[in-house]
Amino acid sequence: MDGIKNNYPNPFPTNWKLIGLTVLFVLYVIYSVEAMGLSWPRFIQGLSHAGDLLARMVPPNFTRWALLLEGLIESIEIAVISSSIGIFLSLFIGLLAARNFMPLWVSSSVRVFIALCRSFHPVIIAILFVKSVGFGPLAGILTLITASIGFIAKLFAEAIEEISLKQVEAIRATGASFSSIILFSVLPQVFSRFIGFATYQFDSNLRNSTMIGIVGAGGLGGTLFSAFQRFDYDFVAAILITTIFVILVWEFISILVRRIFI
Amino acid sequence: MGIYIYFSEKDFYMNNIDYYWERFTLKQRLLRYLVYVCFVSALFFSIRTVEVIPEFFYDAPEQMMDLFSRMWPIEFEYYPIAVHTAIIETLNIATLGTLVALVLALPLALMSASTIVSYSWVHWVARFFLVSSRTVNSLVWALLFVAVFGPGIISGVLAIAFRSIGFIGKLLGEALDEVNMGSVEALRATGAPMITILLKAYWPQVMPAFFSIILFRWDINVRESAVLGLVGAGGIGVILSDSMNLFQWRQVSIALLAIFAVVIIAEIIVVNIRKKLI
Repeated sequence: MDGIKNNYPNPFPTNWKLIGLTVLFVLYVIYSVEAMGLSWPRFIQGLSHAGDLLARMVPPNFTRWALLLEGLIESIEIAVISSSIGIFLSLFIGLLAARNFMPLWVSSSVRVFIALCRSFHPVIIAILFVKSVGFGPLAGILTLITASIGFIAKLFAEAIEEISLKQVEAIRATGASFSSIILFSVLPQVFSRFIGFATYQFDSNLRNSTMIGIVGAGGLGGTLFSAFQRFDYDFVAAILITTIFVILVWEFISILVRRIFI
Repeated sequence: MGIYIYFSEKDFYMNNIDYYWERFTLKQRLLRYLVYVCFVSALFFSIRTVEVIPEFFYDAPEQMMDLFSRMWPIEFEYYPIAVHTAIIETLNIATLGTLVALVLALPLALMSASTIVSYSWVHWVARFFLVSSRTVNSLVWALLFVAVFGPGIISGVLAIAFRSIGFIGKLLGEALDEVNMGSVEALRATGAPMITILLKAYWPQVMPAFFSIILFRWDINVRESAVLGLVGAGGIGVILSDSMNLFQWRQVSIALLAIFAVVIIAEIIVVNIRKKLI
């Protein structure tokens, strides 16, 4: 075996960079756990509370179903209105943000606007709207419209950028106006994806509309938060179960809608 | 998509073709109209019954300007006093929460992948946990954990973690489902134990997806951990809600500015790392 010269490099060299990064990361985790005062006894102590909490939640209390239903309907209304308006506005904003249809200065400034809508969590936007339009569903609607624009307009702009230009050219060759080009060459190509975004956004608006009530923007969240504050954990459980049920029902409906349109 | 072309043989030879083309069948059209009608009536019903006071809407711009004018000279002096530690805390909550979620989501992702486990009841168990984790909002998780552990960072970390399990587990499970089975079978043929198969056959294939999922979720978690403080789960949200309750709008504006800066920086970091990975 002395004919073999071992002069090729090791194919699996020790990756010092990776090891260094891992060590740094472990050190960071240790530091942050230390810095935040997370400790095991606290955790164990919490677990016994968790047992109590679960025990108090267990027979979910549906006796105040009228209150629950009222909050739920308001949540759904907020989600329906804000999704419709938000998606409708996103159609135009997405078109304005598409780089292949608009001059650069329009698309880039619209993109900055979309990024602004997206960068804050809906709850923070909800707080600002609650301060400016008062408590109630209006603040929730405005919040979720903003959130929808941040999400749908971005995806819609990307979908428009990916379309095939042949059909656009064909329609343009007939001498069609700009609005006809959009209606008959762009929209048919992006419509099915648009339905997908829209059902997804309605789903996320429904989830969020049960949350923004915590800061007073209407819907089931307010009911949930006050139940928490009054330690009515059995009612909390009922609200959570209802929310999960509604979202599962919507998931089922959205599968049906997608099957019809796509 | 149904495509109908009607023409009779006679018409065809007489060069008198009458194409009758429809993009959709009657059933498809009726179903679509049904969806439109449902949608429009839901919208109409919602607008009719929702309790919106239009007067509030009309003076919204005025109120908004009032709010911004109160926020205006941003109180930068407040940053070193309270905002800095809170924002670091927020970042720590997001990172630790993502890590805890990762540890909890890995077994669920393995269980939900049909290329690894072939029992369908295991998939359903895993899917149940993943769906329930995703359905409950992070703020609601935070409320639950504040009730269990009391206000503080630990509730924030766990809220972020439990909300992220569903997301990471679902996407990771999908990545595992798309694995090419060739290398798995090759390793299995050598008699390698399960752990080796996981590490040497599955891991190299899902690694890019793994890191991009983690980074994506971390980016979302930075945004979400900024609001957990509103229900008492630590981070910058505590400063935000305290300042708001005291009507210290100039402190609110510095807190919002800090959140905005951190979110943008997190996004830039994620985009750059992802470019290097993929």
